[in-house]
Amino acid sequence: MPLSISLTVNGDRHDVPLEDARATLLDVLRERIGLTGTKKGCDRGQCGACTVLVDGRRVNSCLSLAMSMDGADVTTIEGLAQGEDLHPVQAAFIEHDGFQCGYCTPGQIMSAVGLIAEGEAGDDPERIREGMSGNLCRCAAYPGITAAVIDAQRRMAEAEDERKRA
Amino acid sequence: MPDTILMPAGHVRLGSNAGQPMTRRDGIAKVTGAATYAADNRPDRLLYAVYASAGIARGRVAKLDVDTARAHPGVVEVYTPENRPALEQDPDEKFHMFAWRTEALQNDSVRYANQPVALVVAETLEAATEGARLLSPEYEEQPARIGFDNGEIYEPGSTGIGGAVTFSKGDIEAGRKAAVRTTETHIDTPLQYHNAMEPHAAVAEWDGDLLTLDCPNQALVMARDMFAKYFGIPGENITLRSPYLGGGFGSKAIPIGPYILAILAARELDRPVKIALRRDQMFGPVGHRGGTRQVVKLGTNADGQLTALEHNATSTTSSFDEFIEGAGNASHNLYASPAISTAHKGVRMDTGTPGPMRAPGEASGSAALECAMDEAAEAAGLDPLEFRLRNYSETDPASGKPFSSKALRECYAEGAKRFGWATRPLEPGTMRDENGHLVGWGVGTSLFPAPMFQALATATLRADGTATVATGGVDMGQGAWTALAQIAADGLGLPAERVEFLAGTSLQPDGGVAGGSGHTATAGGALFAAGSDAIRQLAELATNDPDSPLFGAGNAGVEARDGRLCAADDDSRSEAYEDILARAGLTALEGSGTGGRDPSIGEQWAMFSHGAVFAEVKVDPELYQIRVTRLVGAFAAGRIINPKLAQSQLTGGMIWGLSSALHEEGIHDLRSGRLVNGDFAGYHIPVNADAPSVEALLIDEEDPYVNTLGVKGVGELGITGTVGAIANAVWHATGTRVRSFPIHISALLK
Repeated sequence: MPLSISLTVNGDRHDVPLEDARATLLDVLRERIGLTGTKKGCDRGQCGACTVLVDGRRVNSCLSLAMSMDGADVTTIEGLAQGEDLHPVQAAFIEHDGFQCGYCTPGQIMSAVGLIAEGEAGDDPERIREGMSGNLCRCAAYPGITAAVIDAQRRMAEAEDERKRA
Repeated sequence: MPDTILMPAGHVRLGSNAGQPMTRRDGIAKVTGAATYAADNRPDRLLYAVYASAGIARGRVAKLDVDTARAHPGVVEVYTPENRPALEQDPDEKFHMFAWRTEALQNDSVRYANQPVALVVAETLEAATEGARLLSPEYEEQPARIGFDNGEIYEPGSTGIGGAVTFSKGDIEAGRKAAVRTTETHIDTPLQYHNAMEPHAAVAEWDGDLLTLDCPNQALVMARDMFAKYFGIPGENITLRSPYLGGGFGSKAIPIGPYILAILAARELDRPVKIALRRDQMFGPVGHRGGTRQVVKLGTNADGQLTALEHNATSTTSSFDEFIEGAGNASHNLYASPAISTAHKGVRMDTGTPGPMRAPGEASGSAALECAMDEAAEAAGLDPLEFRLRNYSETDPASGKPFSSKALRECYAEGAKRFGWATRPLEPGTMRDENGHLVGWGVGTSLFPAPMFQALATATLRADGTATVATGGVDMGQGAWTALAQIAADGLGLPAERVEFLAGTSLQPDGGVAGGSGHTATAGGALFAAGSDAIRQLAELATNDPDSPLFGAGNAGVEARDGRLCAADDDSRSEAYEDILARAGLTALEGSGTGGRDPSIGEQWAMFSHGAVFAEVKVDPELYQIRVTRLVGAFAAGRIINPKLAQSQLTGGMIWGLSSALHEEGIHDLRSGRLVNGDFAGYHIPVNADAPSVEALLIDEEDPYVNTLGVKGVGELGITGTVGAIANAVWHATGTRVRSFPIHISALLK
């Protein structure tokens, strides 16, 4: 049965013919659409390297069948920066050295963006560590990751306050 | 340590860029998804390869349903031992000291679970995956030999790569007799699997007999030449590209069967082929840390000084090759003892062959030694830090040579102060936190050698005052791109932003191996020498040119600073690089350099990085759940090129130590020989919440002997010391001595 799905990825619409119903969202992003920033670390939802936002919610794209994503609005690591301007979470990861090899980083950053949007962790380090614990980092850049998320969360909250005041 | 030092070669200084906490040069690429790892490459007409994994640990493949796999839509080819095209190099021959026997379908035997037994190539990843599944192998199975008690124990040929199997110094018998107390500590460590976040991957594309290979690799030129042997082509025919590695930890230096098969398929099918191992396949043909069974016997005199140190280890290896985790070697160079004896045995098991995994030998050996030192301190009634200080070695215990530098005393002092060690009660089980949890504090000493390998580099100064430097160096996350570029810029006397840094492919001069914690010293040494060479030539031009303000200053009388040559004794006389080159009519000037160590240095000096790690654990008094609530490490590793990145390396290493202490172990089913936890759900590594407070202090250490740059290494140091510190903290909390790693709750249940 020939299938086709429509995805909005980072604001761009992609009509993806799916000759294979077994394809995951992760593999469609990487191998068909060509957005390889999202990484495959385990392919079974255990490491978080493939984290993307689907309709604003963080999900493991390796566990999401592409077929079930028809009409979804997907944000990947490639869609965070506005041109040359990095997203505050991206900038904070560089500043706080929240990565080494960089392979888990797209997933960490998408997860952090999702976590901050969820608004549950605030700037509480313990809750941030828990909230980021679905994303493994074998280089163990965890101290930097936590510091980056705290910093980005604060900056984003301040920017939001300023926006409201203005 | 001064920020700036004048190098013996004159002209250039280290310290303008080096020593600064610069952020990673590859930071933007890594946070935007623009960094391309091997599997991110998608050349036109790409095919996908998936290998079928052996489902038994020992025997032979009796049947593969090749017809069904081949009939699956999208499947292009299926390779088995029956139709696998010939290779020019036998994968079962050890043709290089870094080559391990690997499985590339040379026959139908199975020597461990998860080895490749067939390769399926298809138009899509999904079709290749399904094709591999459809092969449904049937086996003739033999009983698996797994576990220390089930494998053949034998006398190995070496430990690690070419390391000694036994060592002795002094009279152990006399040392034992001189002791007023002896302790005997038994420690088991498990098989561990590197599990870089990036699974091993390769994209191979042939153009005639030229091969482009995108493949994460820690030793580009060496690996290139090894790949070339399999295909009977000169090494220069291969372009190996590895600009980003998603972690290596020792597992990504050499060709492995799956790579060789993918390259072969690409040649046979005349299309590019991509292979990316699944996570479960990372527990197979890519190496691991062998398990160890260790015994450390210590004798101490009435003053709490060691009289004898014996450290014996039995380490697991495969049935068909050898890599022995040299755990006992960790006892050679740390604590003073008039008599030291170490010995290793091997035990053959039906696993893949182990290999170097971050601090190979040192990590597991340090764990046992530090536990043993704690037991001896307890027996002597001494604070464990005080006991270590009483056994501080002023010269290398193994060789008697002086240390090129050793600021371990300062590490102990600064780490203890930061941690608050002074208030630690001697007795175990006496501290509780506000929630009633048992609290324990432990210490361990870190030690890692400061080796150097061989590397080459070039530095090209251009007429516009910018430069390009090149070395086939590798950044697997340690920050080489940044730290090496800092060194290179100082070698040229230029700000870092004016230096283009080329690395990460086999097209550049051989940058050596990113391993052994020696890459910064080695490749950095080559880059610095190349820059100095270019500046020396530039100074020749200027000081011999009557039109230059530097005329007559003499070659040694000028220094390179910020893109200008300056008279060393007169700041008013200086000239920009571009002006010197322009007047000489040159568009560019090239310098070259080598990195390496004169063997005479090693004959004179013992060279090691040191550190002290302090751990706090909290243990639930009813459930015995263990949390490492604080880790403080203080480390001395010579000149630190980039403190920000060095701290990340060290804290990352400490969390590896935490992982060894509490989390990771490969668990085999003794009946089938298969790993029962070959994925991230079962093979536990720390998550963010497991490491709430990890801090690395950098202790000043000036080392004029270790190499021109004064650089040691920090990549592996942080693991050592940490494992033992945590185990000792668990004892301090609970009164229970650790006998095997990782520490299970069951070990603490009373």
